Amino acid sequence: MSTAADDQFYREYILDHYKNPRNFGRLEHPDISHEEDNPLCGDVIGMDFQIKDGVIEDIRFHGRGCAISQASASLLTERLKGLPLEEAKKIGKADVLGELGIDISPARIKCALLSLKVLKVGAYGLANDEDED
Amino acid sequence: MIAGRAQGAPNISYDVAAIRKDFPIFETGIAYLDSANTSQRPRQVTGAMMDYFEKFNSNIHRAAYRIAEEATVRYEATREKVRAFINASSTKEIIYTRGTTEAINLVAYSWGRKHIKRGDLIVLTILEHHSNIVPWQILAAEKGATIEYVDIDERGELRQDKFRKLLERAPKLVAFGQVSNALGTINPAQEMVAAAKAAGATVLVDGAQGAPHQGVDVRALGCDFYAFSGHKMLGPTGAGILYGRRELLEAMDPFMSGGDMIKAVRIEGTTYHELPWKFEAGTQAIGEVIGLGAAIDYLSALGMDAVRSHEREITEYAYEALSDIEGLTLYGPPPSRRAGVISFSLKGIHPHDLATIADRDQVCLRAGHHCAMPLMTRLDVAATARASFYVYTQKDEVDRLVGSIQEAQRIFK
Repeated sequence: MSTAADDQFYREYILDHYKNPRNFGRLEHPDISHEEDNPLCGDVIGMDFQIKDGVIEDIRFHGRGCAISQASASLLTERLKGLPLEEAKKIGKADVLGELGIDISPARIKCALLSLKVLKVGAYGLANDEDED
Repeated sequence: MIAGRAQGAPNISYDVAAIRKDFPIFETGIAYLDSANTSQRPRQVTGAMMDYFEKFNSNIHRAAYRIAEEATVRYEATREKVRAFINASSTKEIIYTRGTTEAINLVAYSWGRKHIKRGDLIVLTILEHHSNIVPWQILAAEKGATIEYVDIDERGELRQDKFRKLLERAPKLVAFGQVSNALGTINPAQEMVAAAKAAGATVLVDGAQGAPHQGVDVRALGCDFYAFSGHKMLGPTGAGILYGRRELLEAMDPFMSGGDMIKAVRIEGTTYHELPWKFEAGTQAIGEVIGLGAAIDYLSALGMDAVRSHEREITEYAYEALSDIEGLTLYGPPPSRRAGVISFSLKGIHPHDLATIADRDQVCLRAGHHCAMPLMTRLDVAATARASFYVYTQKDEVDRLVGSIQEAQRIFK
């Protein structure tokens, strides 16, 4: 029997981000707010962004789901805070999976990438709004 | 080895170890707790299919040579086995489909588009699988009909009072599942059909979780349509059944059209084949239908009474074992009123994480909404974990599940 600390999948930092998610909650006046769900399992993740001079000044996420989707969202928000939006757009699947640092089976890849989908759709949605301005 | 026919509990002659020897997949060491999703197949079923593929593979109903006659005979033999299994009055009432979903769609298109009109009421239940919701939603949207859903009580059982209330509004169609795939609730199908018929409704019963576990007598049940899938009852995927009362089927237009479902095609128009072939267009899943026949032989040799009592025993055992676990919530009725399906959730552990941890112990467990999203919304959960049982399930597999749950609780402590 393994112990929680040496579990190769549910690593300590994953469980930590699941149980104590960073930047969890809502922003009162977000510049953009976007939510996506995984229809296969019913998991939901939403993100609120506050943008100033093209930089993600503040960010919160909310939702419900498995340890992988929640930890992935928590890790992503840590990375996004203070990042220029143009840089954020460049974040890809490999970055998110690399940050998680565990072997993700095909069955769980959608959980791991749900927060990235929120970022992509949310960030590009904001870009379109700015263009119209 | 097929165990002898046994009547009721206690089920002394039911030999699970012998039954498991017919299922080569168990040699891999898995604990398979997802039979409500799809069942495993015994050698007798795959063997019957291999016989067809290797010894008399050919198309049915047209060729003049010997192996094609053999194929046709075996393909049609399944129809009689199904008729006897569900006690229909004629093989003309047994339509081959790909599965329950196609069977319900067939009714929604061929019967529904002819009979459902603007303002008509369709009554479903909140327990339904998506396959018994979406075809009716499409039909209702197209025709301007209304759908009402019978609610459940806190035990996951249908509110019969609300059902009767809806029947007062004279629904054109009532469609519900014999057994809930998500909660295992066994509905009082016979009473519900009788009440719906008395209210003048046409009644479809989704037997996907009923036929494999409870069995069915469609004449005693009294429904107009009954749909089920072969792959949930030891048969292969791709072969399912629609039973329909003959006079209704006779009056319906074809669902799919093309080859084999016709009597004569002329430039001026086409005359359709007689029942049941009117509804079987194109080359069918011949090997799969033959496999379904072998699956029915297997279940019939076990005896559905023995199947029911074995599942009851496993379900009670599992229900008790899971009830003892702290932080575990069980959904649905007590074991005496449920089929071999147990949905549950663990405090602080998402069902997907539990399924991942169980998978590491080779325990196959379903996690998700079980294609019953309206029910999940009603229960206010995004997903549940679900263990389901069948003829080959043994207590050791339940014990292994309990072990995986304890492991998950240790990791997420």
